[in-house]
Amino acid sequence: MSDQDPDTVLEVRDLRTFFRTDGHIVKAVDGVSFTVRRGETLGLVGESGSGKSVACLSALRLLPSPPAFHPSGQILSRGRELLTVNGRELQQLRGDRLAMIFQDPMTSLNPYLSVARQLTEVLEVHKGAPPAVARRTAIAMLERVGIPDAARRIDQHPHQFSGGMRQRVMIAMALLCEPEVLFADEPTTALDVTIQAQILELIAALQASLGTAVVLVTHDLGMVAGTADRVAVMYAGRIVEEGTTAEVFATPLHPYTRGLLASLPRIETPPGGRLEAIPGLPPDLGHLPAGCPFHPRCGLASDHCRQQRPPVVTVSPTHRAECFEVEVPR
Amino acid sequence: MTDPARPLVEVRDLVVNFPLPATRLFSRRRDEVQAVAGVSFSVRRGQTLGLVGESGCGKSTTGRAVLQLLRPSAGSVVFDGLPIHEWWVRRGGRWAWDARLHGLRKRMQLVFQDPFASLNPRMTVEAILTEPLRNFGLARGRERRERVQRLLETVGLDPRFMRRYPHEFSGGQRQRIGIARALALGPELIVADEPISALDVSIQAQILNLLVRLREDLSLTMIFIAHDLAAVRHVSDRIAVMYLGRIVEEADAREIVAAPRHPYTQALISAIPLPDPARERARNRIVLSGELPSSVNPPSGCPFHTRCPLREDRCIREAPPLAEIAPGHTVACHLVDRPSLPVSPA
Repeated sequence: MSDQDPDTVLEVRDLRTFFRTDGHIVKAVDGVSFTVRRGETLGLVGESGSGKSVACLSALRLLPSPPAFHPSGQILSRGRELLTVNGRELQQLRGDRLAMIFQDPMTSLNPYLSVARQLTEVLEVHKGAPPAVARRTAIAMLERVGIPDAARRIDQHPHQFSGGMRQRVMIAMALLCEPEVLFADEPTTALDVTIQAQILELIAALQASLGTAVVLVTHDLGMVAGTADRVAVMYAGRIVEEGTTAEVFATPLHPYTRGLLASLPRIETPPGGRLEAIPGLPPDLGHLPAGCPFHPRCGLASDHCRQQRPPVVTVSPTHRAECFEVEVPR
Repeated sequence: MTDPARPLVEVRDLVVNFPLPATRLFSRRRDEVQAVAGVSFSVRRGQTLGLVGESGCGKSTTGRAVLQLLRPSAGSVVFDGLPIHEWWVRRGGRWAWDARLHGLRKRMQLVFQDPFASLNPRMTVEAILTEPLRNFGLARGRERRERVQRLLETVGLDPRFMRRYPHEFSGGQRQRIGIARALALGPELIVADEPISALDVSIQAQILNLLVRLREDLSLTMIFIAHDLAAVRHVSDRIAVMYLGRIVEEADAREIVAAPRHPYTQALISAIPLPDPARERARNRIVLSGELPSSVNPPSGCPFHTRCPLREDRCIREAPPLAEIAPGHTVACHLVDRPSLPVSPA
């Protein structure tokens, strides 16, 4: 069992995150399990509403409850169960072991406080660092994430930084306590392509030097191909396929994964041709169809797909998918 | 008769300035920012030109100025031989379209990026689609309703949805409604401004397919504006890359991706993540240092010199002209004859 695996830094088991809204229950995350190992990058891929962001927010217990609640699930970080620890312990775990950066750095930095205040606070609370030490450490971290003239810029406010620089500040803040797992929720979606390349390179470099594991949440399969060791594809609150990046891209098992990969316009294919679009629309999480949630859009759907949840089919020690149609190699 | 060889759209030295907020109270002097700083291109009938670049490069402003949704500060926009940039009149201290420009709306239309913000939430789909018909006094009564039904079928929506409101539709369906509205008057030119970037990945292909099909079926001429180069390449015949209000390279869509010549185009292409782990890890990525300069205070000389890995003294002093380096391939770079960067674009 992975409890014994010293390299597992986070384990999520059968996590369910539901929201109570007027009249019905929205099943944003509906039975998700994954592990994160030291230093690796796990790509969590899905479209809006697939549950990828909610799964991360749940793992840090950042969702207000109500309306969110967890009918089942365990989130284990080095033997501690995050869903049941008290507030004080949770505060320690966040920042010390688990940290998160978000899509839009402007909404996650406090516009009223200087960057210095926001960074040193982390060190004073978590490490009990004296102010002068905290400031020195914060400046060193800003330099490390590539902010020029860090000793001066640390006293500026978030609005005085560009989008790319703000994301660097967020990364610096998240990594100050050298967490074991960094959740990066669409960290470059708000940035331009050339700045995106800079930020991804920065995360990879810091990961290599600090040994941080990264859970990269994104809708961009290209980004996952370049940075993730393993990929989990989410659809309608479930992980429908998981494998090493090479496995998922070379031999995708689930019809949804295959559909996503086939629908992308590629830089090498003849232009103007018809793209193999996935028909239909992503499902309404408040009214999920019976059986496999992908069946209304799936070309392979048969009667049992419409009635029963598909089984998890394992085709290699690292590669599995939830689908009736997957053939198990012998 | 119109000459089939003549471009439908000809843009020469287009400049668009925006006033900046006054720096001092009661100050009469207003500084300006040059969003588009002298752009020239032409689009032949039935062709699609892709405009790519990062935020703030002026691609959307260029698209709006072509349609005269913004008044060009200088330069010319000739549509089917007509100098439409001159068709503005001063009215009550402001610039407004003259009657000819109003009439021209039938022939050129815009598809917006955000299908949530660009449809009036208080109008039914039928009202949204009949409004342009009513404005131009086209079709009435049953005929008008039939036209709306046909429009919805054209964009792949069930005509029974006519009585519904925008909030009852998904993002992809709303974008179809936006496209139907743009098509209502039977335009020749469509400017599509980031038409897929607000949509989910699995829906983007549906909308790209729709645009490609409509272009063929209705022989539309298109200007497709986006930052996603793979999508732009998929729909475009030619691609122009913009940086700080200027076109830095323009060529055939396949050629510019396969053999980019401007250092910025090379960096842009190498920064696109490819959905292929083996190639993604093997390739040589150019990561540009620094950030996009502000167009309020653009750099001297070549606008790209502050981030260019090949920069020489001349680049800091003189702006390079857009020069033809091969038939149909233009580049604005002093160093285009030098051996290029070790880039493996795709």
